[in-house]
Amino acid sequence: MSPDLLKLIFGRLGFESLPLHEPIVVGTFAVVALGGAALLGGLTYFRLWGYLWREWFTTVDHKRIGIMYMILGIVMLLRGFADALMMRGQQMLAFGGSEGYLNAHHYDQVFTAHGVIMIFFVAMPLVTGLMNYVVPLQIGARDVSFPFLNNFSFWMTVGGAVLVMASLFIGEFARTGWLAYPPLSNIGYSPDVGVDYYIWALQVAGVGTTLSGINLICTIVKLRCPGMTMMKMPVFTWTSLCTNVLIVASFPVLTVVLALLSLDRYVGTNFFTNDFGGSPMMYVNLIWIWGHPEVYILVLPAFGIFSEVTSTFSGKRLFGYTSMVYATVVITILSYLVWLHHFFTMGSGASVNSFFGITTMIISIPTGAKMFNWLFTMYRGRIRYELPMMWTIAFMLTFVIGGMTGVLLAVPPADFVLHNSLFLIAHFHNVIIGGVVFGAFAGISYWFPKAFGFKLDPFWGKMSFWFWVTGFYLAFMPLYVLGLMGVTRRLRVFDDPSLQIWFVIAAIGAFLVLLGILSMLMQFAVSFLRREQLKDVTGDPWDARTLEWATSSPPPDYNFAFTPVVHDNDAWWDMKRRGYQRPLTGFKPIHMPSSTGTGIILAGLATAMGFGLIWYIWWLAALSFAGLLVVGIGHTFNYHRDFDIPAEDVIRTEDARTKLLAGAK
Amino acid sequence: MTVAVNPSQTGEPVFYLADEHPHPEGWSTSLGFWIYLMSDCLIFAILFATFGVLGGNYAAGPAPKDLFDLNLVAVNTSMLLLSSITYGFAMLTMQQNKVAQTQVWLAITGLFGLAFIGIELTEFAHMIHEGATPQRSAFLSAFFTLVGTHGLHVSCGLIWLVTLMVQVGKFGLIEANRRRLMCLSMFWHFLDVVWIGVFTFVYLLGVLR
Repeated sequence: MSPDLLKLIFGRLGFESLPLHEPIVVGTFAVVALGGAALLGGLTYFRLWGYLWREWFTTVDHKRIGIMYMILGIVMLLRGFADALMMRGQQMLAFGGSEGYLNAHHYDQVFTAHGVIMIFFVAMPLVTGLMNYVVPLQIGARDVSFPFLNNFSFWMTVGGAVLVMASLFIGEFARTGWLAYPPLSNIGYSPDVGVDYYIWALQVAGVGTTLSGINLICTIVKLRCPGMTMMKMPVFTWTSLCTNVLIVASFPVLTVVLALLSLDRYVGTNFFTNDFGGSPMMYVNLIWIWGHPEVYILVLPAFGIFSEVTSTFSGKRLFGYTSMVYATVVITILSYLVWLHHFFTMGSGASVNSFFGITTMIISIPTGAKMFNWLFTMYRGRIRYELPMMWTIAFMLTFVIGGMTGVLLAVPPADFVLHNSLFLIAHFHNVIIGGVVFGAFAGISYWFPKAFGFKLDPFWGKMSFWFWVTGFYLAFMPLYVLGLMGVTRRLRVFDDPSLQIWFVIAAIGAFLVLLGILSMLMQFAVSFLRREQLKDVTGDPWDARTLEWATSSPPPDYNFAFTPVVHDNDAWWDMKRRGYQRPLTGFKPIHMPSSTGTGIILAGLATAMGFGLIWYIWWLAALSFAGLLVVGIGHTFNYHRDFDIPAEDVIRTEDARTKLLAGAK
Repeated sequence: MTVAVNPSQTGEPVFYLADEHPHPEGWSTSLGFWIYLMSDCLIFAILFATFGVLGGNYAAGPAPKDLFDLNLVAVNTSMLLLSSITYGFAMLTMQQNKVAQTQVWLAITGLFGLAFIGIELTEFAHMIHEGATPQRSAFLSAFFTLVGTHGLHVSCGLIWLVTLMVQVGKFGLIEANRRRLMCLSMFWHFLDVVWIGVFTFVYLLGVLR
């Protein structure tokens, strides 16, 4: 075939795009291909495709979508962590003239992919998954406001993840660092597909995130059960509300800034170029106007989880509910006033730097208030050190350290010394792992019995906990030391042999975290095998306080047979205390949204469009775009999106639960 | 829905609604669409900010004075403003349940919108023909992106408008279609408001500068 025709069909995709010269990537591909083939074969052999399609892929049930988000987050954690291990290994070995085992081309992709995956495809899905699962149950709703949109949002997030994963085997990923600053990320310095993978993965996933934010705001504002005023909402719901406000008010900024970068790269405009009047610093400002709220998007729901866990496992009402709510709202607002602290060294001048330094320090006040609220909740409580509570204690200790190094970095003169050093790396891992990751794990172990009807195995959970916590400290405390000694981030080889010991310690820490992750997978497997012993039929295994524990575990499709009425902040605690009797008769049909395959089809088309744009396969991009329009508009011609669960089905489900509860007594 | 938070007649606290009605269809739609519009507004805010920062960087190329024909822009603006008025008429007739008249007003709105897009494209073509391409300077990059994004929104609105005309024709002014017309109405007026910003900030101030 003529080169022109090949170019028309495949764009810039060719055999040389496959990284066959990278033995590590080839090896990974072999493992992934074998594992994937085994998985697909197994699904086919056990005839599970129909079940998956009907019950999971097309579902609009917020609970199932929540669980799928969590699975996505955990799978992507394995990929992101593999990148982390490779970096730790490289930096441990690359001393005394050794080049390590990763060449610069590969190493730069590894640290970029690590950051992108961990933030967008691990932390975001874990947080969104927990919000999706828990919020409607906590507010006594049957589903979210826009159930179809919820399914679509999830599959868009998956589409972004698919593009990032594809970059590992087809072409390459960005070599720019996780925020892809121009001019490095512009076409002149990054002419290959890496940055395009970055752009389109984030754009596809970003649509999903924004829509899911709108959806959850509406859910919380419009679907609360009777009696649940704003100041009676559980704290996790409050933090979710603030997080989703942040999502809606910040992700459009990311969308625009990436769109402008795309225009620079594809059309040759001059937004972020060095000549023709462009300004690369515009990009840095804009992306951090999204980026700083983003860290609060991640950590606020974690704060909510810790509030629920502390109160439940201390057997006490949360101390200072009102101050907790106000602290959350204040953090939400302040998170927009600090973005410049990410680049004090840009040269904005002393006054601008002082302003942003001071606003940054002010954020520590509401955060500190939260910390004291948790401590006072525990004070004189009957504390049960179950796994969720253990993660919470680990969070409180770790996050305070991370918070203090953060306040240190907020001082502009100190930042001039520490900017882009490993001290910064240690700081943000300290708050993100200590806050978001520990929070997600606390949430998983806390709500797992709600989602599946059995508790997680405590032995492997504690193994995982101790490996994670000790591993974290061993991995990141040395980075503080190295950062203070002046080591900058993203280095591949080192000259000074005295630094090596610290990197060795950090690598040992990373290895311990690996054991922590493996223990966690083991925990899931063991718990599944021992599910009969770990079973909980009450629906309330922790003697908890909020509404999600009022229904069965796992909850029925319709969540609550009758919409609850709330009188107290700790609604379920109040119901238990005042002798609530579960209704046994009078069930009626329940109106519910129907499943639809449109979401996954649209997301698939969007992903294909992204792939076409990345590789300059214009016909594919145009065709998928046309497909998006046709399917999207076609979907609006479907006016029948709901159905009624017949009363008999409700009666059958509720009677089964009555029998279970009677057996438990 | 009746809110039964008070104790029932027997004095026992009420913990659930024995007799409830599901939320009416589209219960959250206006709020959701409003929030979506605000997120879209943020997109324009960032594009305006970008234009504000880069709008003076002509890179020795053409400046607004050399490029903008205010008469043409005035005609274009009136097209969009008129389309908003006619959309308002469509909503009024919708409330009177007059299918045919609603369709007519929608069609007129669409024609005004089309005229707006047509004039904008003519303007763009003229500028590009004169060498004032989006690649020429950061000012032109920001100009074409801001105005073009607005134009893209209007084009999406037009596709939506046609879809709704088909749906109203097919299913009548049923509740779902009224809700959709309401959403498009908010979208259309929102684009009008954004255009006022573009007209003032980009064209008028540009020529003054």
